[in-house]
Amino acid sequence: MKETDAAGEMKKVYGRPQSLRDVQFHFCPGCNHGNVHKLIAEALDEHGIREKTVGIPGVGCCVFLYSYFNIDVIEAPHGRACAVATGMKRVLGDDVVIFTYQGDGDLAAIGLAETVHTANRGENITVFFVNNTVYGMTGGQMAPTTLLGQKTTTSPYGRDFMTDGYPIRMAEMLATLEGAAFVARVACDTPKNLFKAKAAVKKALRMQMDRMGFSFVEILSACPTDWNLTPLEARRRVGGEMIPYFPLGVFKERTTADYL
Amino acid sequence: MPRKLVRGNTAVAEGAIHAGCRYYFGYPITPQNDIPEYLAAELPKVGGTFIQAESEIASINMMMGASAAGARVMTSSSGPGISLMQEGLSYMAGSELPAVVVCISRIGPGLGGIAPTQGDYKQATRGGGHGDYRTVVLAPSSVQEMFDLTIKLFELTDKHRNPGVLLCDAILGQMKEPAVIGERPQPVPQEKPWALRGAKGREPNLIKSLFLGDGEMETHNWKLFEKYERMRREDVMYEEMFTDDAEFLVVSFGSCARMTQSAIWKARETGLKAGLLRPITLYPFPGARLRELTERIKKVLTVEMNTGQMHDDVRLSVHGDVETFLHPRPGGGLPTPEEIAEKIRKCY
Repeated sequence: MKETDAAGEMKKVYGRPQSLRDVQFHFCPGCNHGNVHKLIAEALDEHGIREKTVGIPGVGCCVFLYSYFNIDVIEAPHGRACAVATGMKRVLGDDVVIFTYQGDGDLAAIGLAETVHTANRGENITVFFVNNTVYGMTGGQMAPTTLLGQKTTTSPYGRDFMTDGYPIRMAEMLATLEGAAFVARVACDTPKNLFKAKAAVKKALRMQMDRMGFSFVEILSACPTDWNLTPLEARRRVGGEMIPYFPLGVFKERTTADYL
Repeated sequence: MPRKLVRGNTAVAEGAIHAGCRYYFGYPITPQNDIPEYLAAELPKVGGTFIQAESEIASINMMMGASAAGARVMTSSSGPGISLMQEGLSYMAGSELPAVVVCISRIGPGLGGIAPTQGDYKQATRGGGHGDYRTVVLAPSSVQEMFDLTIKLFELTDKHRNPGVLLCDAILGQMKEPAVIGERPQPVPQEKPWALRGAKGREPNLIKSLFLGDGEMETHNWKLFEKYERMRREDVMYEEMFTDDAEFLVVSFGSCARMTQSAIWKARETGLKAGLLRPITLYPFPGARLRELTERIKKVLTVEMNTGQMHDDVRLSVHGDVETFLHPRPGGGLPTPEEIAEKIRKCY
């Protein structure tokens, strides 16, 4: 049944967010980057902040954010998005919303120091961390988040904690820092989880708008291409293998700006 | 205006404030610590921001963000830290972002030591990081110039939308000399329509260095190259001493040029007609002026505190048409005016 307004005209109930450009994503079938892009873009629209937001993608599949978002964008060097965001935020102040968009190699390996210290300084920025347990664009190499036993192109016999250490839980780690205001982990595997992801994304941006400090949302995502799975199998792996190791939830939420 | 006794590093920091720089990001390293210490105290007084970053990698990337927002920004460091900044310098050159990087050189390679050197000449003048790019490189030789050229470097980096390096050394950073430093002027807002501040009422701005389309990167590289050619046409700076009647030319820069100046006086006292060309811009190098001078002067000596890094630029400039000599002192060795004068005598 079509929805109509009082005058009997057709009413638009769903469409592309204004914060996204009218172009097709290049992402692989079953990849969740498209979903996450849409969630963030919708949140920007709903907060009414498209024209006062700067996006900072890291290196990898993330970087093409600049092709899709209808906002000011600067591409950061690999791992350095949080440092770039810090410098920019200190200049522009809290009237401008700044978010980074980073993968697990970018944020949790080469950019670990920048991420931790930015959170620890309580920089009033938002970090969206797409965790798909591999380096996506470079062809599926082992990441700090690769699960034990997971085969990748650089852990061909499966990740072994004796040689490669353990998958790193970024959300839990950052939640221990005083400077972090909001830390959550969400997933893209089911409609229900997508709704929760949207709420967390929106909340993280709201925290920044309210000058609460560093906000961080880790988003568990599928990479069917580098996992050698079909999109459906990949989606099931997120729930079946990733969520048990990377539990979903809000790990920290500051309710007042008590640091002031 | 009255002259004050000022330390070189302080002159750089005060120069930044005079240039309207209100953002400094840095990490401690000897022999440049006076700069962040001074700015940590002074920037808050003028509404500025000082951040002690977790590393030089973070410093240079904070600069990248602040520069992209349209601000004048500075960092300072020394050899090991400047090496870590090369990634960011390459990205900023590729993304066409201005920024001022002060290098108070210490001896290397590796941890080396804290003594002065000019061993970072190649790193500064060849870009230093990956890719086909250059930075504007200014080389002061006095505390007054550390102040003046810091301001000049902010102007040049904004003009060309390109990072620049103020290449000094431990002598210049640590010594005190009389210098004229006036009242701090009000910052003049810089017109930067490309800056990111949120796309209010306009099309979004994009700052990036990734160009994957067929031929895009070649086009981008030629665009950058034209910028470096423009620097060469418009912004070369140098100082000359006795070049009008010189029969023997010495080329020397920075603190080393000060010792060379004394050596030239000594040579003149013994009847040797020596002159000096002191490049102030190391990039763009005053090669055209050197070439011009060597139409008449047929012997050129390079004096520098490394194993002969600028000497390569001297030889490239004179195309082998004149006899060239080198007096190198690497690893913290300081040439005395006497030894330089002796070298002039031997080569004359």
